[in-house]
Amino acid sequence: MSAPVLALDGVTIRFGTPRRPVTAVERLGFDVAEGERLVLVGPSGCGKSTLLAAVAGFLRPGEGRVLLDGVPVSRPGPDRMMVFQEFDQLLPWKSVAANIAYPLRLAGVATEEAARRAALLVRQVGLAGFEDAFPHTLSGGMKMRVAIARALAARPRLLLMDEPFAALDALTRRRMQEELLRLWREHGFTLLFVTHSIEEAVLVGSRVLVLSPHPGRLRAMLDVPEDEAGRAALQAELRGLLLPEEEAALV
Amino acid sequence: MFDAATAAPRAAVPAMPRDWRPALRRLGVLLVLALAWEGYGRWIANDLVFPTLTDTLAAFWRLTMTGELPARAAASLEVLALGYGAGLLLATLLVLFAVASAFGSEMLATLTAMFNPLPAIALLPLALLWFGLGTPSLVFVITHSVLWAVALNAHAGVQAIPPTLRRVGENLGLRGWQLTLRILAPAALPAIIAGLKIGWAFAWRTLIAAELVFGASSRSGGLGWFVFERRNNLQIDEVFAGLLAVILIGLVVEGVVFRVVEARTVRRWGLQR
Repeated sequence: MSAPVLALDGVTIRFGTPRRPVTAVERLGFDVAEGERLVLVGPSGCGKSTLLAAVAGFLRPGEGRVLLDGVPVSRPGPDRMMVFQEFDQLLPWKSVAANIAYPLRLAGVATEEAARRAALLVRQVGLAGFEDAFPHTLSGGMKMRVAIARALAARPRLLLMDEPFAALDALTRRRMQEELLRLWREHGFTLLFVTHSIEEAVLVGSRVLVLSPHPGRLRAMLDVPEDEAGRAALQAELRGLLLPEEEAALV
Repeated sequence: MFDAATAAPRAAVPAMPRDWRPALRRLGVLLVLALAWEGYGRWIANDLVFPTLTDTLAAFWRLTMTGELPARAAASLEVLALGYGAGLLLATLLVLFAVASAFGSEMLATLTAMFNPLPAIALLPLALLWFGLGTPSLVFVITHSVLWAVALNAHAGVQAIPPTLRRVGENLGLRGWQLTLRILAPAALPAIIAGLKIGWAFAWRTLIAAELVFGASSRSGGLGWFVFERRNNLQIDEVFAGLLAVILIGLVVEGVVFRVVEARTVRRWGLQR
C-alpha cells in the first residue's frame, strides 16, 4: 500500500478559555489514501468541521499531528482546496471563468493557459454559457458548481468539502452529489467530505468515519459496499450508531 | 447598470424597461423651485437682497464666459485635490495598520471616535497659527475632514467581510499584503466608496467655508473667496452665481463621478443594489 495522502495522529483540538476549556476533538487518528473518498459523519458538536479546518490549516491542533504527504500542515494552502457550505465563497468581483482561473493565476499559470483550463472546467461542471456571469446572478446550485470547479482547478492533493450541499434544496443536492461522483471519476481526486446526513455519507463516500460528540472521538470506520443492498445495510447500521446519540443530546 | 458588452449571454439580469417617472418628478420639483425663485425675485424687485433666477443665470453665464468662475473653481478644486489626496493617503495607512494588527485597530477606533465628531472648520484658527494664511492651512483642514470619514468607513467595511471570503483567500495561499490587496480591499469596496463619498462632501463644504474666512492666498483665490468678495462689492447676482457653481460641482462629482465608479464596480458585482 502506498503512503497515505493525509495522516492524522492523536489530534486534539480545544476551544474556550483556559479556565473553561471545551474539547472539540480528542485524540483522533486516521489516514486518507490516494484517490479515496472519506466521509466524516456525525451529529452536530462532534467537531467534524473543526477537524476539517485543522486539515485545511485554518487552525492548529493543540496536540497531535496533521501530515500531508508526510509533511506537517502549518498553514492554509491551495494543495488542500476547500469547498465551503456558504454561497458567498465566490469572489463577487470576478466572473465565473475568472473565479475558476484564479487559483491558476495565483500559481503563476499564464493567462491563456489558465483561461483554457478554466473554460474546460466550466463545461465539466455544466456551466457553459455562464463564463462571463458574475456570481450574484447565479443560483445556489450554480454557485456551488463554480466553487467545486475552482477547487479542482488548483489540482489539490486533497479536496476538502465542509457540508457543501447542506444549504441546497433536496433535488439540487441529489444532483450535485451525483455530479461530484462523476467529477471524481473524471479527475480522480482524493476527497475528505464532512456531512451530518447518513444518506449523503453512503452515497458520496467510499469509506465512512463516524464521530461521536462532546468531545469528537472516533467511533467507527466503515467501508461503503458497491452494491445497493450493502449500502442499505450500511445506512441502517449508521442510523443505529448515530440516532440514539442525537436523541440523547436533545435531553 | 448593465450594458450589452458586459452582460453575460444568458446569465444576465433581465433588462428592465427604464422607469422615467422619478426623473420626471425631479424635473417637476426643479421647475417649481425655479418658478418660485423667479417670482419671488421679481416681487421684491431688489437686486441687492435677492436677484432673480434669470439675473443669476445671466451672471453665471457672463462669469463663465470671461473665465472668472472656471478659474476660481479650478483654484478651489486644486486645493481640494491636495487635501483629499493627503486625507486618502493617511486613511489608507491607518486602515492598513488597523487590518494588520490589533493595536492598529484599537488606535484607529480611538482616533476616529475622537476626531470624527470634530468639525474640520473648527481647526482653522489653529491651522492659521501653524501654517499661516495660505494653501497649507486649507489643505490641513480638508485633510482632517476627509481622513476620519474614509478611515472609519473603510475599517468598518473590512470588519464586515464575511469570514468565509477571508478563509477562501487564505485557502488560496494568500497572506498579509496579498490577502489585503486581493481579497479584503475589493470585498470592502462598497464601504470604501461610501467613505469616499462622505469624505468628498465634507471636504467640499469645509473648503468653501474655509475660503469664506480667508481665501486670497497668493493668487486670486477659490470659489468661497469669490462669493465673499462679491458680497463685499454688493454684486449679489454674482454671489448667487458663485453659490450655483458650488452646487453644480457638488452635483457633478456625486451624481456623475461616483455613480460611474459604482456602476462599474459594486453594482456590477451585486455588492450594492
